[in-house]
Amino acid sequence: MKRRVVVTGLGAVTPLGVGAAPLHERWAEGKSGIADRAGACRDFDPGEFLSVKEVRRLDRFAQFALVAAGEAIAQAGWGEGPPYDSMRIGCVIATGIGGQATVEAQLDVLRERGPRMVSPLGIPQYMPNAAAAAVSMKYHLQGQTFGVVSACSGGAHALGCALRMIQYGDADAAVVGGSEATLTPFAFACFDRMEALSPTGISRPFDLRRDGFVMGEGSGVLVLEEASAAQARGATILGELAGYGSTADAYHLTAPAPDGRPAARAIELALNDAGLTPEGVDYVNAHGTSTQLNDAAETRALKVALGEERARRIPVSSTKSAIGHLLGAAGAVEAVATIETLRTRVIPPTLGYEVPDPELDLDYVPGEARPLLPSNGGPPAAISNSFAFGGHNVTLVIKGPPV
Amino acid sequence: MPAVTVEQVEARVIETLASFGPDADQITRSSTFEELDIDSLDLVELAQVVEDEYGVVLKGEDMKELRTVGDATDMIVSRAE
Repeated sequence: MKRRVVVTGLGAVTPLGVGAAPLHERWAEGKSGIADRAGACRDFDPGEFLSVKEVRRLDRFAQFALVAAGEAIAQAGWGEGPPYDSMRIGCVIATGIGGQATVEAQLDVLRERGPRMVSPLGIPQYMPNAAAAAVSMKYHLQGQTFGVVSACSGGAHALGCALRMIQYGDADAAVVGGSEATLTPFAFACFDRMEALSPTGISRPFDLRRDGFVMGEGSGVLVLEEASAAQARGATILGELAGYGSTADAYHLTAPAPDGRPAARAIELALNDAGLTPEGVDYVNAHGTSTQLNDAAETRALKVALGEERARRIPVSSTKSAIGHLLGAAGAVEAVATIETLRTRVIPPTLGYEVPDPELDLDYVPGEARPLLPSNGGPPAAISNSFAFGGHNVTLVIKGPPV
Repeated sequence: MPAVTVEQVEARVIETLASFGPDADQITRSSTFEELDIDSLDLVELAQVVEDEYGVVLKGEDMKELRTVGDATDMIVSRAE
């Protein structure tokens, strides 16, 4: 029998503010963190949370992760130090790109002042594993520690890696998440030239008028623990990471496979891993990017995996409608939002969804938040999807806290 | 190059080190880099400031011998002369 993995801590830095609770609460209230074509963490002041040395040594993406990890670790009650052998605590933090702002700034130094003036911190700040390294060092986590890189599926892949690590017995706990800070001129230019970004700056997943994603920044971090150990130490269980499935489209560099079949397979694998049937799914936290292609392919994937009838009855909403697309952080931030949704039983709406696309006929939770009604007497369950450039598909199955 | 004084260099070294993390008022001539939590990466950055301002090139080997703020200051002053 598989070891079960529960969530005991949540942390987030998002365009809706610093904290996991504000992310869900403000989204459920219909508030958006998007302005001027971006989901920026405008209120984030790293000096409020981190030392001068930490701020200097870390790119913004790693700063976000360190702050989110601090919140999650405090909530888990690890303030006095982790309750497990540090060598048996993993740390996996994904990013889509890494320290992009550092690269751009140091390229300016290189061109303007020459190679001798390039910072020795350039690579350690830029490297995509910098966030994992920073969290591991600050909290003395000495189990398997690494970054995960799979573009917009990174955060979800990180959770999958950590889940397997604990299920398999390689670790008893893990601090896991994703982080991204790419609101830079170069990243905007690149995504713009791909015509991936919304020219109107409006994130309205599944709406007929959707015209691209809005880039956001931030981080989500979770503390995972093996279930019996967490119970034995009296930890508050916030939810369960119950299943993980992942496939690849092997289709196109940036476009999803239109039939959604590889993505559907990821959903099926995750449900099997969790021992759940489509009847047991109470909510879908969609990848829902607000691009024409993603939202259509994801809708097809949900129908294939869950069955058309069942798929139509499950509420589907997209966190990206409120904060934009956090790329490699998205899967982790959305897992945090999903746990809060299951825990509070309040489903936030897909903001901006007003004009239905006749091709997309699921229940995208228009308008206002609504109560989550579990299909059975046990903890409610949700799936959270992440799909990436490169054709990487990940689905997580997440359950609410014990009833 | 204008002559540099020990006092000027020491003030600049302390100012630079303070920007790396430790409080400026904690840093004295006898402070060790170890107690200030200044590591090899910080020293490379210090060397860049020194090279930029005083034209003194400090290499990794030079820095290895430095233990205190005073050591660094003296080396910079002697090479700038």
